[in-house]
Amino acid sequence: MGEFAGWDMPLYYSTARAEHRAVREHCGLFDVSHMGQLEVSGPEAREGLSRALTNDIAAIGPGQGQYTLMCQDDGGVIDDLIAYALADRYLLVVNASNVAACRERLEERLPGGAHLVDRSPETAMLALQGPSWADALRPLAATPAPLGLDYFEIVEDAIAGVPCLIARTGYTGEPGVELMCPWDRAPALWDALMAVEGAPAPVGLVARDTLRLEMGYPLYGQELSRERTPIEAGLKWACDIAGGGFFGADVMRRQVEEGTPDRLAIFRLTEPGIPRAGQEVLIDGRPAGSVTSGTLSPSLDVGIGMAYVPAGYATPDHDLVIDVRGKPKAARTARRPLVATSPKE
Amino acid sequence: MAAADESYPADLRYHPEHDWVRADGDEHVFGITWYAQDALGEVVYYDPPQVGATITKDAPYGELESVKAVSDIFAPASGEVTAVNPAVNDRPEIVNEDPYGAGWLVRVRLSDPSELDDLMDEPAYRAYLAGL
Repeated sequence: MGEFAGWDMPLYYSTARAEHRAVREHCGLFDVSHMGQLEVSGPEAREGLSRALTNDIAAIGPGQGQYTLMCQDDGGVIDDLIAYALADRYLLVVNASNVAACRERLEERLPGGAHLVDRSPETAMLALQGPSWADALRPLAATPAPLGLDYFEIVEDAIAGVPCLIARTGYTGEPGVELMCPWDRAPALWDALMAVEGAPAPVGLVARDTLRLEMGYPLYGQELSRERTPIEAGLKWACDIAGGGFFGADVMRRQVEEGTPDRLAIFRLTEPGIPRAGQEVLIDGRPAGSVTSGTLSPSLDVGIGMAYVPAGYATPDHDLVIDVRGKPKAARTARRPLVATSPKE
Repeated sequence: MAAADESYPADLRYHPEHDWVRADGDEHVFGITWYAQDALGEVVYYDPPQVGATITKDAPYGELESVKAVSDIFAPASGEVTAVNPAVNDRPEIVNEDPYGAGWLVRVRLSDPSELDDLMDEPAYRAYLAGL
Protein backbone atom coordinates (compact mmCIF):
# COMPACT_ATOMS: atom_id res chain seq x y z
CA MET A 1 0.00 0.00 0.00
CA GLY A 2 1.06 3.58 -0.54
CA GLU A 3 -0.17 6.92 0.70
CA PHE A 4 -1.64 9.23 -1.96
CA ALA A 5 -3.34 12.54 -1.17
CA GLY A 6 -4.26 11.23 2.27
CA TRP A 7 -5.61 7.93 0.93
CA ASP A 8 -4.13 4.48 1.46
CA MET A 9 -3.99 2.99 -1.99
CA PRO A 10 -2.63 -0.29 -3.33
CA LEU A 11 0.56 0.27 -5.33
CA TYR A 12 -0.03 -3.08 -7.00
CA TYR A 13 -2.11 -6.20 -6.47
CA SER A 14 0.06 -8.71 -8.37
CA THR A 15 2.90 -6.90 -10.13
CA ALA A 16 2.81 -3.50 -11.73
CA ARG A 17 4.17 -4.92 -14.98
CA ALA A 18 1.50 -7.62 -15.25
CA GLU A 19 -1.25 -5.14 -14.37
CA HIS A 20 0.01 -2.67 -16.96
CA ARG A 21 0.00 -5.38 -19.61
CA ALA A 22 -3.49 -6.53 -18.60
CA VAL A 23 -4.86 -3.05 -19.26
CA ARG A 24 -3.11 -2.69 -22.63
CA GLU A 25 -4.10 -6.17 -23.84
CA HIS A 26 -7.29 -7.16 -21.98
CA CYS A 27 -8.75 -5.01 -19.23
CA GLY A 28 -8.14 -3.86 -15.70
CA LEU A 29 -10.16 -2.42 -12.84
CA PHE A 30 -8.94 0.51 -10.73
CA ASP A 31 -10.40 1.81 -7.49
CA VAL A 32 -10.14 5.56 -8.01
CA SER A 33 -12.53 6.54 -5.25
CA HIS A 34 -10.01 9.12 -4.09
CA MET A 35 -11.11 11.32 -7.00
CA GLY A 36 -13.43 14.18 -6.03
CA GLN A 37 -16.89 14.93 -7.39
CA LEU A 38 -18.30 18.46 -7.27
CA GLU A 39 -21.76 19.26 -8.56
CA VAL A 40 -22.75 22.67 -9.84
CA SER A 41 -26.39 23.49 -10.57
CA GLY A 42 -28.71 26.43 -10.83
CA PRO A 43 -29.58 29.02 -13.48
CA GLU A 44 -26.10 30.54 -13.50
CA ALA A 45 -24.16 27.27 -13.40
CA ARG A 46 -23.07 27.35 -17.03
CA GLU A 47 -22.14 31.01 -16.99
CA GLY A 48 -20.20 30.52 -13.77
CA LEU A 49 -18.30 27.51 -15.08
CA SER A 50 -17.50 29.25 -18.35
CA ARG A 51 -15.47 31.68 -16.22
CA ALA A 52 -14.10 29.20 -13.70
CA LEU A 53 -12.91 26.62 -16.30
CA THR A 54 -10.68 27.01 -19.34
CA ASN A 55 -12.54 24.89 -21.90
CA ASP A 56 -15.77 26.01 -23.58
CA ILE A 57 -18.43 24.58 -21.27
CA ALA A 58 -21.16 25.68 -23.72
CA ALA A 59 -19.77 23.14 -26.19
CA ILE A 60 -21.11 20.22 -24.14
CA GLY A 61 -24.75 19.33 -23.69
CA PRO A 62 -26.40 16.78 -21.40
CA GLY A 63 -24.62 13.43 -21.57
CA GLN A 64 -21.28 14.87 -22.66
CA GLY A 65 -18.03 15.63 -20.89
CA GLN A 66 -14.83 17.52 -21.63
CA TYR A 67 -11.32 17.76 -20.27
CA THR A 68 -10.74 21.20 -18.80
CA LEU A 69 -8.71 23.09 -16.22
CA MET A 70 -9.28 25.49 -13.37
CA CYS A 71 -6.72 28.28 -13.24
CA GLN A 72 -5.65 31.17 -11.10
CA ASP A 73 -5.95 34.68 -12.51
CA ASP A 74 -2.25 34.44 -13.48
CA GLY A 75 -2.91 31.21 -15.39
CA GLY A 76 -1.33 28.88 -12.82
CA VAL A 77 -3.22 25.59 -12.71
CA ILE A 78 -5.42 24.94 -9.66
CA ASP A 79 -6.52 21.57 -11.06
CA ASP A 80 -7.19 19.65 -14.23
CA LEU A 81 -10.53 17.89 -14.34
CA ILE A 82 -13.35 16.49 -16.42
CA ALA A 83 -16.58 18.49 -16.55
CA TYR A 84 -19.72 16.53 -17.44
CA ALA A 85 -23.06 18.05 -18.36
CA LEU A 86 -25.95 16.07 -16.85
CA ALA A 87 -29.65 16.74 -17.32
CA ASP A 88 -29.96 19.17 -14.42
CA ARG A 89 -26.41 19.88 -13.27
CA TYR A 90 -22.73 19.82 -14.05
CA LEU A 91 -20.45 17.25 -12.49
CA LEU A 92 -16.76 18.07 -12.06
CA VAL A 93 -14.44 15.14 -11.42
CA VAL A 94 -11.37 16.61 -9.78
CA ASN A 95 -8.12 15.32 -8.31
CA ALA A 96 -8.17 14.01 -4.75
CA SER A 97 -5.49 16.43 -3.62
CA ASN A 98 -7.41 19.39 -5.04
CA VAL A 99 -10.98 18.87 -3.87
CA ALA A 100 -10.63 21.58 -1.23
CA ALA A 101 -8.82 23.98 -3.57
CA CYS A 102 -11.44 23.58 -6.30
CA ARG A 103 -14.28 23.96 -3.84
CA GLU A 104 -12.74 27.07 -2.37
CA ARG A 105 -12.18 28.62 -5.77
CA LEU A 106 -15.71 27.87 -6.93
CA GLU A 107 -17.24 29.17 -3.70
CA GLU A 108 -15.30 32.36 -4.17
CA ARG A 109 -15.95 32.85 -7.89
CA LEU A 110 -19.27 31.25 -8.80
CA PRO A 111 -22.17 33.68 -9.11
CA GLY A 112 -25.06 33.60 -6.63
CA GLY A 113 -27.25 31.67 -9.02
CA ALA A 114 -24.93 28.65 -9.09
CA HIS A 115 -24.97 26.10 -6.30
CA LEU A 116 -22.04 23.92 -5.38
CA VAL A 117 -22.30 20.55 -3.65
CA ASP A 118 -19.32 18.36 -2.81
CA ARG A 119 -20.32 14.73 -3.46
CA SER A 120 -16.82 13.36 -2.90
CA PRO A 121 -17.41 11.81 0.51
CA GLU A 122 -20.40 9.74 -0.59
CA THR A 123 -19.13 8.83 -4.07
CA ALA A 124 -16.94 5.91 -5.06
CA MET A 125 -15.34 5.56 -8.48
CA LEU A 126 -14.06 2.53 -10.36
CA ALA A 127 -12.27 2.68 -13.71
CA LEU A 128 -12.69 -0.26 -16.08
CA GLN A 129 -10.03 0.16 -18.74
CA GLY A 130 -8.73 -1.90 -21.64
CA PRO A 131 -9.77 -3.20 -25.05
CA SER A 132 -12.16 -5.79 -23.62
CA TRP A 133 -13.90 -3.43 -21.18
CA ALA A 134 -17.29 -3.87 -22.87
CA ASP A 135 -17.15 -7.66 -22.51
CA ALA A 136 -16.74 -7.24 -18.76
CA LEU A 137 -19.52 -4.65 -18.48
CA ARG A 138 -22.09 -6.20 -20.83
CA PRO A 139 -23.36 -8.97 -18.52
CA LEU A 140 -23.94 -6.44 -15.70
CA ALA A 141 -25.47 -3.46 -17.49
CA ALA A 142 -29.21 -2.96 -17.02
CA THR A 143 -29.51 -1.47 -20.53
CA PRO A 144 -27.23 -1.37 -23.60
CA ALA A 145 -26.69 2.39 -23.14
CA PRO A 146 -23.32 2.25 -21.36
CA LEU A 147 -21.92 -0.02 -24.07
CA GLY A 148 -22.83 2.41 -26.82
CA LEU A 149 -21.24 5.50 -25.32
CA ASP A 150 -18.87 7.55 -27.46
CA TYR A 151 -15.63 8.85 -26.02
CA PHE A 152 -16.35 11.40 -23.24
CA GLU A 153 -20.07 10.64 -23.12
CA ILE A 154 -21.80 9.86 -19.82
CA VAL A 155 -25.03 8.07 -18.91
CA GLU A 156 -26.90 6.99 -15.81
CA ASP A 157 -27.66 3.31 -15.54
CA ALA A 158 -27.53 0.40 -13.15
CA ILE A 159 -24.52 -1.91 -13.20
CA ALA A 160 -25.04 -5.14 -11.26
CA GLY A 161 -28.03 -3.44 -9.69
CA VAL A 162 -25.94 -0.52 -8.44
CA PRO A 163 -27.00 2.94 -9.65
CA CYS A 164 -24.02 4.42 -11.50
CA LEU A 165 -22.92 7.27 -13.64
CA ILE A 166 -20.94 5.66 -16.44
CA ALA A 167 -18.53 7.80 -18.46
CA ARG A 168 -16.46 6.74 -21.47
CA THR A 169 -13.33 8.30 -20.03
CA GLY A 170 -10.14 7.17 -18.37
CA TYR A 171 -6.47 7.82 -17.72
CA THR A 172 -4.79 4.90 -19.43
CA GLY A 173 -5.00 5.54 -23.17
CA GLU A 174 -7.17 2.46 -23.57
CA PRO A 175 -10.88 2.48 -24.23
CA GLY A 176 -12.99 1.99 -21.13
CA VAL A 177 -15.36 3.55 -18.66
CA GLU A 178 -15.30 5.21 -15.29
CA LEU A 179 -18.14 4.26 -12.95
CA MET A 180 -19.33 6.51 -10.13
CA CYS A 181 -21.68 5.05 -7.54
CA PRO A 182 -22.79 5.48 -3.94
CA TRP A 183 -19.87 4.88 -1.61
CA ASP A 184 -21.44 1.93 0.22
CA ARG A 185 -22.35 0.10 -2.99
CA ALA A 186 -18.84 0.10 -4.42
CA PRO A 187 -17.73 -3.22 -2.92
CA ALA A 188 -20.71 -4.97 -4.55
CA LEU A 189 -19.92 -3.31 -7.87
CA TRP A 190 -16.24 -4.30 -7.62
CA ASP A 191 -17.11 -7.89 -6.72
CA ALA A 192 -19.64 -8.18 -9.56
CA LEU A 193 -17.10 -6.96 -12.12
CA MET A 194 -14.50 -9.36 -10.74
CA ALA A 195 -16.93 -12.26 -11.07
CA VAL A 196 -17.76 -11.90 -14.78
CA GLU A 197 -16.27 -14.19 -17.38
CA GLY A 198 -13.11 -12.53 -18.65
CA ALA A 199 -12.93 -10.50 -15.43
CA PRO A 200 -10.60 -7.49 -15.35
CA ALA A 201 -7.31 -7.62 -13.46
CA PRO A 202 -7.24 -5.44 -10.35
CA VAL A 203 -4.76 -2.63 -11.04
CA GLY A 204 -2.89 -0.44 -8.57
CA LEU A 205 -1.39 3.01 -8.52
CA VAL A 206 1.98 2.13 -10.06
CA ALA A 207 0.44 0.83 -13.29
CA ARG A 208 -1.95 3.78 -13.33
CA ASP A 209 1.14 5.98 -13.46
CA THR A 210 3.03 3.97 -16.10
CA LEU A 211 -0.08 3.78 -18.30
CA ARG A 212 -0.72 7.52 -18.20
CA LEU A 213 2.95 8.35 -18.71
CA GLU A 214 3.16 6.26 -21.88
CA MET A 215 0.29 8.39 -23.18
CA GLY A 216 1.88 11.66 -22.06
CA TYR A 217 -1.09 12.54 -19.87
CA PRO A 218 -0.11 15.14 -17.27
CA LEU A 219 -0.57 14.52 -13.54
CA TYR A 220 -1.37 17.31 -11.13
CA GLY A 221 1.49 17.84 -8.70
CA GLN A 222 3.98 16.54 -11.27
CA GLU A 223 3.45 18.24 -14.65
CA LEU A 224 0.71 20.59 -13.47
CA SER A 225 0.92 23.09 -10.63
CA ARG A 226 0.13 26.65 -9.72
CA GLU A 227 3.58 27.56 -11.06
CA ARG A 228 2.76 26.49 -14.64
CA THR A 229 -0.01 27.43 -17.06
CA PRO A 230 -1.86 25.05 -19.40
CA ILE A 231 -0.02 26.68 -22.30
CA GLU A 232 3.37 25.68 -20.90
CA ALA A 233 1.98 22.17 -20.31
CA GLY A 234 0.87 21.81 -23.94
CA LEU A 235 -2.83 21.93 -23.05
CA LYS A 236 -3.86 24.85 -25.24
CA TRP A 237 -6.37 22.49 -26.88
CA ALA A 238 -8.32 22.42 -23.59
CA CYS A 239 -8.45 26.21 -23.33
CA ASP A 240 -10.98 28.36 -25.16
CA ILE A 241 -8.41 31.04 -25.88
CA ALA A 242 -10.39 32.69 -28.70
CA GLY A 243 -13.73 32.98 -26.92
CA GLY A 244 -12.44 32.75 -23.40
CA GLY A 245 -13.57 34.99 -20.63
CA PHE A 246 -12.21 32.49 -18.12
CA PHE A 247 -9.96 33.43 -15.23
CA GLY A 248 -6.39 33.40 -16.47
CA ALA A 249 -7.32 33.85 -20.14
CA ASP A 250 -5.45 37.13 -20.57
CA VAL A 251 -2.15 35.67 -19.43
CA MET A 252 -2.63 32.59 -21.57
CA ARG A 253 -3.59 34.58 -24.65
CA ARG A 254 -0.35 36.51 -24.31
CA GLN A 255 1.60 33.27 -23.87
CA VAL A 256 0.05 31.85 -27.04
CA GLU A 257 1.03 34.97 -28.97
CA GLU A 258 4.50 35.45 -27.53
CA GLY A 259 5.44 31.91 -26.59
CA THR A 260 6.71 30.74 -23.21
CA PRO A 261 10.32 30.16 -22.17
CA ASP A 262 9.61 26.55 -21.19
CA ARG A 263 7.34 23.85 -22.54
CA LEU A 264 6.54 20.38 -21.35
CA ALA A 265 8.33 17.69 -23.36
CA ILE A 266 7.96 13.94 -23.36
CA PHE A 267 11.11 11.90 -23.85
CA ARG A 268 12.53 8.42 -23.84
CA LEU A 269 15.99 7.35 -22.79
CA THR A 270 18.15 5.98 -25.56
CA GLU A 271 20.22 3.90 -23.14
CA PRO A 272 19.34 1.76 -20.07
CA GLY A 273 18.14 3.56 -16.97
CA ILE A 274 15.04 5.01 -15.35
CA PRO A 275 14.50 8.75 -15.10
CA ARG A 276 12.65 9.95 -12.00
CA ALA A 277 10.87 13.15 -10.99
CA GLY A 278 13.18 15.92 -9.83
CA GLN A 279 16.21 14.85 -11.84
CA GLU A 280 18.00 17.51 -13.84
CA VAL A 281 17.80 17.83 -17.62
CA LEU A 282 20.99 18.93 -19.38
CA ILE A 283 21.21 20.35 -22.87
CA ASP A 284 24.69 20.88 -24.33
CA GLY A 285 26.07 20.15 -20.88
CA ARG A 286 24.11 22.90 -19.13
CA PRO A 287 21.17 22.58 -16.72
CA ALA A 288 18.04 23.22 -18.77
CA GLY A 289 15.11 21.85 -16.82
CA SER A 290 13.90 19.14 -14.58
CA VAL A 291 12.04 15.87 -14.91
CA THR A 292 8.43 16.05 -13.71
CA SER A 293 7.66 12.31 -14.02
CA GLY A 294 9.73 9.34 -15.04
CA THR A 295 9.42 5.60 -15.10
CA LEU A 296 10.35 2.43 -16.92
CA SER A 297 7.79 1.96 -19.68
CA PRO A 298 6.48 -1.60 -19.34
CA SER A 299 5.32 -1.54 -22.97
CA LEU A 300 8.57 -0.26 -24.48
CA ASP A 301 11.06 -1.44 -21.86
CA VAL A 302 12.88 1.88 -21.91
CA GLY A 303 13.00 4.74 -19.46
CA ILE A 304 10.45 7.46 -20.29
CA GLY A 305 9.46 10.73 -18.74
CA MET A 306 8.28 14.28 -19.06
CA ALA A 307 10.18 17.46 -18.30
CA TYR A 308 9.90 21.19 -18.67
CA VAL A 309 12.64 22.29 -21.08
CA PRO A 310 13.32 25.44 -23.14
CA ALA A 311 10.47 25.67 -25.63
CA GLY A 312 12.66 25.06 -28.67
CA TYR A 313 13.61 21.65 -27.32
CA ALA A 314 10.12 20.48 -26.38
CA THR A 315 9.24 19.31 -29.89
CA PRO A 316 10.15 15.75 -30.99
CA ASP A 317 13.67 14.55 -31.80
CA HIS A 318 15.82 16.81 -29.65
CA ASP A 319 18.68 15.27 -27.68
CA LEU A 320 18.62 15.71 -23.92
CA VAL A 321 20.71 14.30 -21.11
CA ILE A 322 19.05 13.29 -17.86
CA ASP A 323 21.17 13.28 -14.71
CA VAL A 324 20.05 9.98 -13.17
CA ARG A 325 21.64 10.14 -9.72
CA GLY A 326 24.94 11.40 -11.07
CA LYS A 327 24.92 9.26 -14.21
CA PRO A 328 24.27 11.10 -17.45
CA LYS A 329 21.70 9.23 -19.52
CA ALA A 330 21.01 10.12 -23.15
CA ALA A 331 17.39 10.86 -24.01
CA ARG A 332 15.44 12.10 -27.00
CA THR A 333 12.21 14.06 -27.04
CA ALA A 334 9.30 12.29 -28.68
CA ARG A 335 5.72 12.61 -29.86
CA ARG A 336 2.72 11.80 -27.66
CA PRO A 337 1.60 9.09 -27.17
CA LEU A 338 4.67 6.90 -26.85
CA VAL A 339 2.63 3.76 -27.53
CA ALA A 340 0.31 3.19 -30.47
CA THR A 341 -3.06 3.02 -28.78
CA SER A 342 -6.17 5.16 -28.60
CA PRO A 343 -8.89 5.48 -25.96
CA LYS A 344 -11.42 6.19 -28.71
CA GLU A 345 -11.36 2.60 -30.06
CA MET B 1 5.56 -12.91 -10.61
CA ALA B 2 5.56 -15.59 -7.97
CA ALA B 3 7.31 -13.89 -5.08
CA ALA B 4 9.54 -16.27 -3.16
CA ASP B 5 8.66 -17.44 0.34
CA GLU B 6 10.80 -16.04 3.14
CA SER B 7 14.00 -18.03 3.60
CA TYR B 8 17.62 -17.58 4.64
CA PRO B 9 19.72 -20.51 3.45
CA ALA B 10 22.18 -21.91 5.95
CA ASP B 11 25.06 -22.13 3.46
CA LEU B 12 25.23 -18.34 2.97
CA ARG B 13 26.89 -15.52 4.91
CA TYR B 14 24.96 -12.31 5.45
CA HIS B 15 25.85 -8.63 5.52
CA PRO B 16 23.86 -6.16 7.66
CA GLU B 17 22.82 -4.28 4.48
CA HIS B 18 20.92 -7.47 3.52
CA ASP B 19 23.36 -8.92 1.01
CA TRP B 20 24.45 -12.54 0.88
CA VAL B 21 27.62 -14.34 -0.20
CA ARG B 22 27.93 -17.92 -1.40
CA ALA B 23 31.26 -19.67 -2.01
CA ASP B 24 31.42 -21.21 -5.49
CA GLY B 25 34.78 -22.77 -6.34
CA ASP B 26 37.51 -20.11 -6.16
CA GLU B 27 34.93 -17.39 -6.52
CA HIS B 28 32.00 -16.01 -4.57
CA VAL B 29 28.51 -15.07 -5.67
CA PHE B 30 26.67 -12.05 -4.21
CA GLY B 31 22.99 -11.22 -4.10
CA ILE B 32 20.36 -9.62 -1.92
CA THR B 33 18.35 -11.38 0.75
CA TRP B 34 14.66 -12.23 0.82
CA TYR B 35 14.22 -9.42 3.35
CA ALA B 36 15.86 -6.90 0.99
CA GLN B 37 13.80 -7.85 -2.06
CA ASP B 38 10.62 -7.81 0.03
CA ALA B 39 11.39 -4.33 1.34
CA LEU B 40 12.27 -3.11 -2.14
CA GLY B 41 9.20 -4.55 -3.85
CA GLU B 42 8.95 -5.46 -7.51
CA VAL B 43 12.43 -4.95 -9.01
CA VAL B 44 12.34 -3.29 -12.43
CA TYR B 45 15.95 -2.33 -13.14
CA TYR B 46 19.48 -3.49 -12.30
CA ASP B 47 22.43 -1.19 -12.77
CA PRO B 48 25.38 -3.59 -12.42
CA PRO B 49 29.10 -2.90 -12.03
CA GLN B 50 31.48 -3.52 -14.96
CA VAL B 51 33.13 -6.89 -15.22
CA GLY B 52 36.67 -6.29 -13.99
CA ALA B 53 35.64 -3.57 -11.57
CA THR B 54 37.07 -3.62 -8.08
CA ILE B 55 34.46 -3.48 -5.38
CA THR B 56 34.98 -2.71 -1.74
CA LYS B 57 33.41 -4.27 1.33
CA ASP B 58 30.57 -2.18 2.79
CA ALA B 59 30.51 0.14 -0.27
CA PRO B 60 27.81 0.20 -2.98
CA TYR B 61 28.70 -1.71 -6.14
CA GLY B 62 25.45 -1.34 -8.08
CA GLU B 63 21.83 -0.32 -7.86
CA LEU B 64 18.49 -2.06 -7.90
CA GLU B 65 15.42 -0.03 -8.71
CA SER B 66 11.94 -1.18 -7.83
CA VAL B 67 8.58 0.36 -8.51
CA LYS B 68 8.90 1.95 -5.07
CA ALA B 69 12.54 2.91 -4.57
CA VAL B 70 16.13 2.83 -5.71
CA SER B 71 18.55 0.95 -3.51
CA ASP B 72 22.31 0.74 -3.49
CA ILE B 73 23.65 -2.79 -3.35
CA PHE B 74 26.44 -3.14 -0.81
CA ALA B 75 29.42 -5.41 -1.23
CA PRO B 76 29.63 -7.93 1.61
CA ALA B 77 33.33 -8.40 0.77
CA SER B 78 36.02 -6.82 -1.43
CA GLY B 79 37.29 -8.15 -4.74
CA GLU B 80 37.15 -8.07 -8.52
CA VAL B 81 33.92 -8.62 -10.43
CA THR B 82 34.30 -11.59 -12.78
CA ALA B 83 30.70 -11.75 -14.03
CA VAL B 84 27.37 -9.97 -13.72
CA ASN B 85 24.11 -11.83 -14.08
CA PRO B 86 22.66 -10.92 -17.50
CA ALA B 87 19.36 -12.58 -16.60
CA VAL B 88 18.66 -9.87 -14.03
CA ASN B 89 19.03 -7.20 -16.71
CA ASP B 90 16.62 -9.08 -18.95
CA ARG B 91 14.08 -9.90 -16.24
CA PRO B 92 14.79 -7.90 -13.08
CA GLU B 93 11.84 -9.50 -11.26
CA ILE B 94 13.80 -12.75 -10.90
CA VAL B 95 15.43 -11.05 -7.92
CA ASN B 96 12.00 -11.24 -6.27
CA GLU B 97 11.22 -14.70 -7.56
CA ASP B 98 14.49 -16.39 -6.69
CA PRO B 99 16.78 -14.10 -4.68
CA TYR B 100 19.28 -16.84 -3.79
CA GLY B 101 19.30 -18.67 -7.13
CA ALA B 102 18.53 -17.22 -10.57
CA GLY B 103 18.46 -13.74 -9.04
CA TRP B 104 22.16 -13.62 -8.11
CA LEU B 105 23.83 -10.31 -8.97
CA VAL B 106 27.63 -10.65 -9.38
CA ARG B 107 30.47 -13.16 -9.20
CA VAL B 108 33.56 -11.90 -7.43
CA ARG B 109 37.15 -13.02 -6.92
CA LEU B 110 37.71 -11.97 -3.30
CA SER B 111 40.87 -10.01 -2.46
CA ASP B 112 40.74 -10.89 1.23
CA PRO B 113 38.59 -13.91 2.05
CA SER B 114 39.11 -13.26 5.78
CA GLU B 115 36.59 -10.42 5.40
CA LEU B 116 33.92 -13.11 5.33
CA ASP B 117 34.58 -13.71 9.02
CA ASP B 118 32.84 -10.40 9.77
CA LEU B 119 29.59 -11.59 8.21
CA MET B 120 26.63 -13.22 9.92
CA ASP B 121 25.56 -16.83 9.59
CA GLU B 122 21.89 -17.68 9.18
CA PRO B 123 20.89 -17.74 12.89
CA ALA B 124 22.76 -14.48 13.52
CA TYR B 125 21.10 -12.82 10.51
CA ARG B 126 17.65 -13.97 11.60
CA ALA B 127 18.32 -12.60 15.07
CA TYR B 128 19.50 -9.35 13.47
CA LEU B 129 16.29 -9.13 11.39
CA ALA B 130 14.19 -9.79 14.50
CA GLY B 131 15.79 -6.75 16.12
CA LEU B 132 15.02 -4.37 13.21
